[in-house]
Amino acid sequence: MEATVVRTGTEGKTWGGGNEPLKASYGKLMMWFFITSDALTFSGFLAAYGFSRFKFIDSWPIADEVFNHFPFLHGVDAPMYYVALMTFILIFSSVTMVLAVDAGHQLKKGKVTFYMFLTIIGGIIFLGSQAWEWKNFINGTYGAVYTEGGNILQFIDGDGHRVALSDVAIPEASARVEHEARNGVWFESERSLPSYSIEGVKAGFAENSDLLIRTQMVNEEGEKTILSREESIAKLNSEAVGVVEGANLTRNEYGPPLFADFFFFITGFHGFHVFSGVLINIIIFFNVILGTYERRKNYEMVEKVGLYWHFVDLVWVFVFTFFYLV
Amino acid sequence: MAHDTAHHHESNTKRIWTVFIILSIVTLVEVVFGILKPEFLTDTSFLSMSLLNWIFILLTIYKAYYIAWAFMHLEGETKGLRRAVVWTSIFLISYLIFILLTEGGYIYEVYKSNHVAWDF
Repeated sequence: MEATVVRTGTEGKTWGGGNEPLKASYGKLMMWFFITSDALTFSGFLAAYGFSRFKFIDSWPIADEVFNHFPFLHGVDAPMYYVALMTFILIFSSVTMVLAVDAGHQLKKGKVTFYMFLTIIGGIIFLGSQAWEWKNFINGTYGAVYTEGGNILQFIDGDGHRVALSDVAIPEASARVEHEARNGVWFESERSLPSYSIEGVKAGFAENSDLLIRTQMVNEEGEKTILSREESIAKLNSEAVGVVEGANLTRNEYGPPLFADFFFFITGFHGFHVFSGVLINIIIFFNVILGTYERRKNYEMVEKVGLYWHFVDLVWVFVFTFFYLV
Repeated sequence: MAHDTAHHHESNTKRIWTVFIILSIVTLVEVVFGILKPEFLTDTSFLSMSLLNWIFILLTIYKAYYIAWAFMHLEGETKGLRRAVVWTSIFLISYLIFILLTEGGYIYEVYKSNHVAWDF
């Protein structure tokens, strides 16, 4: 039977079909569609972060005071170094990725395998670093008290150094026992109690005349406001209602709750992208080893997953700026 | 698919390493500025933001340019594809940032002048 192909007589003309004005394959174009829309999603998050930051412009935490940990350097104030290291790891894994794409263009299977492997390792190291960063953020360092209005009050000594709750509070003998589901009504349990009660903190603060309160308000020098001893005692006794250690979605010891919420959400969403990227990279890595692209005589799949991986790196460059630098 | 194998690809390794060095240096500069925080930069305000923050943002965009152009290979794509990606993002993101930051600043002023109280 005659094939029912319709001949239009326009083949080879602009609108004759089969024209590729962008000179890119379908898969690559779709990856660009995805990347552009995902970029808009991330900008939505970052712009919302900016909105909240402008809203609380004079009480936002100072990043250098929050993210100042470095592995094996306990108690050393090391702002920026760790996150700079993470940035280098991610940029370097981007470099190995683009080297893999480059080797793919020349159909060098061995080189593609090697560079893909390095990329995956870089991604995994980055994810581990992110987890460590979260651990420090969630556990907190010093602890603070919160007021009825939701403000955070931190403790410092006469030299302006931060003082931990454990050095302020007097442990109380009559402290309440945490209510667990196995006591009383079986389905009701509460969150783990903070290590110190607000009464213990107030009593300890009154005894140690060296201690001062630091509020979350930023003064004209760009530093957090420090109250005098009298103001500190008055503020603590009249306003403080609870103790906060570390960070969760409701409260954190650094400042406005939104700070921790955005930190968890944006770095979490980015970390999820890195995680998916590592998984996709692993799949492509095994395809390279199995020789799938060798047989196809085309390594474009490596290029497509590479686009995604670079995009993740690109997003991190912005997260780095807006969470840690600005 | 076949058209990709048709034309011969040269190795771009030199370009890749150059871009890596540029990105590393820019990141290092950012980190050094972030640690030192020179006073003449933090105290000078330009368009209601400190000069230091403007430098950070400009350096970030500079890095983004290199990642997109060299690593994501936008420099080798057709003009149409490049513009579809870049201009779409730039227009929409600028608009979003403008609206949200203006609004955030406005709400700050409302709270500050105690039209609405939030600290009880």
